[in-house]
Amino acid sequence: MLKYTIKRFLLMIMTIWIIATLTFVLMNAIPGSPFNEERTSNEAVQANLEAHFNLDQSPLVQYAGYLKSIATFDYGPSIKKPNDSVNDLLSRGFPISAELGIISVTVALLSGVVLGVIAALRHNGIIDYLAMTIAVLGISIPNFVLATLLIQQLSVNAGVLPVATWSSPMHMILPTIALATGPMAIIARLTRSSMLEVLTQDYIKMARAKGLSPMTIIVKHALKNALMPVVTIMGTILAGVLTGTFVIEKIFAIPGMGQYFVESINQRDYPVIMGTTVFYSAFLVVILFIVDITYGFLDPRVKIHKEEGN
Amino acid sequence: MEKILEVNDLHVSFLTYGGEVKAVRGVSFDLHKGETLAIVGESGCGKSVTASSLMKLIPTPPGKISQGSIKFKDRELVNLSDKQMRKIRGVDISMIFQDPMTALNPTLTIGTQLTEGLKQHRNISNKEAKIKALEMLDLVGIPYPEERLKQYPHQFSGGMRQRIVIAIALICEPDLLIADEPTTALDVTIQAQILELFERIQQETNVAIILITHDLGVVAKVADRIAVMYAGKIIESGTKHELFYEPLHPYTQGLLNSIPRLDKKGEKLEPIDGTPPDLFSPPQGCPFTARCPHAMVACEKVYPPRYQASEEHYGECWLYDERVKKYQSS
Amino acid sequence: MDQYTVEKEKQQDPRQESIPSEWFEKVDRDQSNGESVIRPSLSYWQDAWIRLRKNKIAMGGLIFLILLGIMATIGPYLTPYSVGGITLANQNQPPSWDHWFGTDDLGRDVFTRTWYGARISLFVGIMAALIDFSIGVIYGGISGYKGGRTDNVMMRFVEVLYGLPYLLVVILLLVVLGPSLFTIILALTITGWVGMARIVRGQVLQLKNLEFVHASKSFGAKTSRIIKKNLLPNTMGPIIVQMTLTVPTAIFAEAFLSFLGLGIQSPFASWGTMANDALTTILSGHWWRLFFPAFFISATMFAFNVLGDGLQDALDPKLRR
Repeated sequence: MLKYTIKRFLLMIMTIWIIATLTFVLMNAIPGSPFNEERTSNEAVQANLEAHFNLDQSPLVQYAGYLKSIATFDYGPSIKKPNDSVNDLLSRGFPISAELGIISVTVALLSGVVLGVIAALRHNGIIDYLAMTIAVLGISIPNFVLATLLIQQLSVNAGVLPVATWSSPMHMILPTIALATGPMAIIARLTRSSMLEVLTQDYIKMARAKGLSPMTIIVKHALKNALMPVVTIMGTILAGVLTGTFVIEKIFAIPGMGQYFVESINQRDYPVIMGTTVFYSAFLVVILFIVDITYGFLDPRVKIHKEEGN
Repeated sequence: MEKILEVNDLHVSFLTYGGEVKAVRGVSFDLHKGETLAIVGESGCGKSVTASSLMKLIPTPPGKISQGSIKFKDRELVNLSDKQMRKIRGVDISMIFQDPMTALNPTLTIGTQLTEGLKQHRNISNKEAKIKALEMLDLVGIPYPEERLKQYPHQFSGGMRQRIVIAIALICEPDLLIADEPTTALDVTIQAQILELFERIQQETNVAIILITHDLGVVAKVADRIAVMYAGKIIESGTKHELFYEPLHPYTQGLLNSIPRLDKKGEKLEPIDGTPPDLFSPPQGCPFTARCPHAMVACEKVYPPRYQASEEHYGECWLYDERVKKYQSS
Repeated sequence: MDQYTVEKEKQQDPRQESIPSEWFEKVDRDQSNGESVIRPSLSYWQDAWIRLRKNKIAMGGLIFLILLGIMATIGPYLTPYSVGGITLANQNQPPSWDHWFGTDDLGRDVFTRTWYGARISLFVGIMAALIDFSIGVIYGGISGYKGGRTDNVMMRFVEVLYGLPYLLVVILLLVVLGPSLFTIILALTITGWVGMARIVRGQVLQLKNLEFVHASKSFGAKTSRIIKKNLLPNTMGPIIVQMTLTVPTAIFAEAFLSFLGLGIQSPFASWGTMANDALTTILSGHWWRLFFPAFFISATMFAFNVLGDGLQDALDPKLRR
């Protein structure tokens, strides 16, 4: 297990390094970006840029400095907002985005698992078809369509819930639904199929042959095994939710990091794009690492397997 | 000896996409205390379905027992509810599955899996359950049972796992143990060990065993009586001795000719040509007709009558009908 | 005798008594007859097609996609309007006989633009699936087939790419390359093939060692026969399903990018850009501008998803009966 953890950790560092390098190379490749010829109109901004990115030095020095600043979580200044650094934006926006993300993932996970298990137990019944139709719809409707639909129906027409912002629990309902539906659908489908698979396993037959009650069999024998695949896709789910926040924050005017990021793309605020991409990528890669290691602890088979040097 | 199981004219079928598969078509047999009955046949002949339906463990739907009776200690099982069956499963009748690699839950410890049945059925404390579990592990020959209880299935070899599965099956001291191909997935040397274990356990506990297998070597070692299944029917049944030395049915003869024997050196092995019929539309006559070297017109048209060679031994084949001898000699 | 024996006798077929004696003639048969009892065997693809056809929802998806393909081809020619034809006098007209799906804020015909958008969205989706497929099959195939060190190195690389957050990389690339049809497809596939490569490799590895392949070889089957009868049906299932599910992912990604201003640029239309341009209509009430592109994105993704599910069931050799 230790060996595996170390290996997995090194892989994580390497992935972050690749992303950082990729961002650096790409940003320097853009014609007309402040990183090669064009100077920004604002003198103060230009000075900030030059100081942070060592623009007067050779590319190699720039690259070394860039890696160092990433390792120390210093993402440099913004071009369009002279008074803000990328770190300022992150410290203002990220907590809000994180809140939206965590609430949505929790909702998606709970409702998805429940829906999937019920569907599997009522395999080929009406409830199964209903749940899976909801799930396929959830996967098929893009979150921005769902978000506008929700606003139009529940806020504008019915006036039940507030249209935008993130100021009270009532304000959080619609963005959460819009963001959580897609992941919920994916989790529900996966839970269902893995539950169905587990239910055909010999150890379930064996549990039945022991005369255990259906409830014991489902909770004790089936659910834990069925949830293993769900744990493995949590990384992907989180990545989806994270990019989803860009869209949802823009539509609901939530002042999170996603909104700053979309703004920076539209304004071609390169340091912000770079900083956010690297920060979010590193964030996701770390989560992926944690998920993998957790999986090793949940599934007793993994430990031995990895110890044997696999 | 006390008769504990009586199966009569059992029919089991499965509704599938393609139609109704009649997997078991009128199977009858009985079993006494402490006896081992082997049900032999090729894969798909209905022997595993027969075994599962004795405990009513066939998935319903699509499967169902469409006809017949299963009497366990004079109690009819066919019309019992699942809740009533649960009191019988694991307590009176236990089952062992083919593949010990998949029969144990990978995420629960051996100790949990051993004792959960016991705790479900008997009102006992954790400590008592643990003592019983240690006793069982000892019985099936697992060294260091104390430490082993806390381990997970993947930490055991295949043979060890099968021993644990057997321990789980026996922990509530059942009267009947159904073993569905218990040695098929194991190495030959481990196979022998497990079979010896069966014999020892039977001596110690007097449990009746139904052994489902396609391996005549296994049968020769442990069975008292043998029933040969083909296409959902028992086509021949008798004591081990009768069946091995005076097989009646051409299929049984074919089976015996297709296994290598040390005592008949140099003799050619004869595989049985062809494959069993499709059970979507079983033939109305004898199902073996298409592969039978002695097939007659009658075999195709009408299912053969039973020929009783001795009290225990019968075969269902036209060859033994008196009219055949009369016709073919004339 | 006891009751048991009596019951046994009841099972006997009465016809057993009345058999004409000539039926006891031995039948002469050649050996092949033994096999003839088996039901007519269908090829893998015939069997899969029969099962897919029984799945009404999946067939509905397939029919929808065929119709969509037809409309994407001929739709834009059914009206006198062009994709970018701005008529400021006709701003935000609701659906009418002149403009079946209404017009947008620049007076462009939504009907024409919807089918034009269908072309773009389907093109992006299908191209992404095809490119992923080509790279994935070659890369995964080599990796799995060669095995050993090659496999190890190739899979390390895949693992690293797999760890990269897909949409963030796509965004970064498009910021640099500038959005166009070509760069969008490029960005979507540059890391997108990894999933396919993994699946192909897994399939190849699994099949390389399967017993039935050895069995066919030892029976002297020709390599081409092994590939056609055994390998193809067993590998193609998951690959086809993966392709079917790549299309909606790419369509969604394109819509997402449009939303960030990195999609297909005006005057050209994709469903994503149309929906994004129309987001402001939540309050103004010009619902048709959002409804049509949003409906077709959702319906197309739905169709591909249910078709993929249906194919998954139909192509699974384990479920074959």
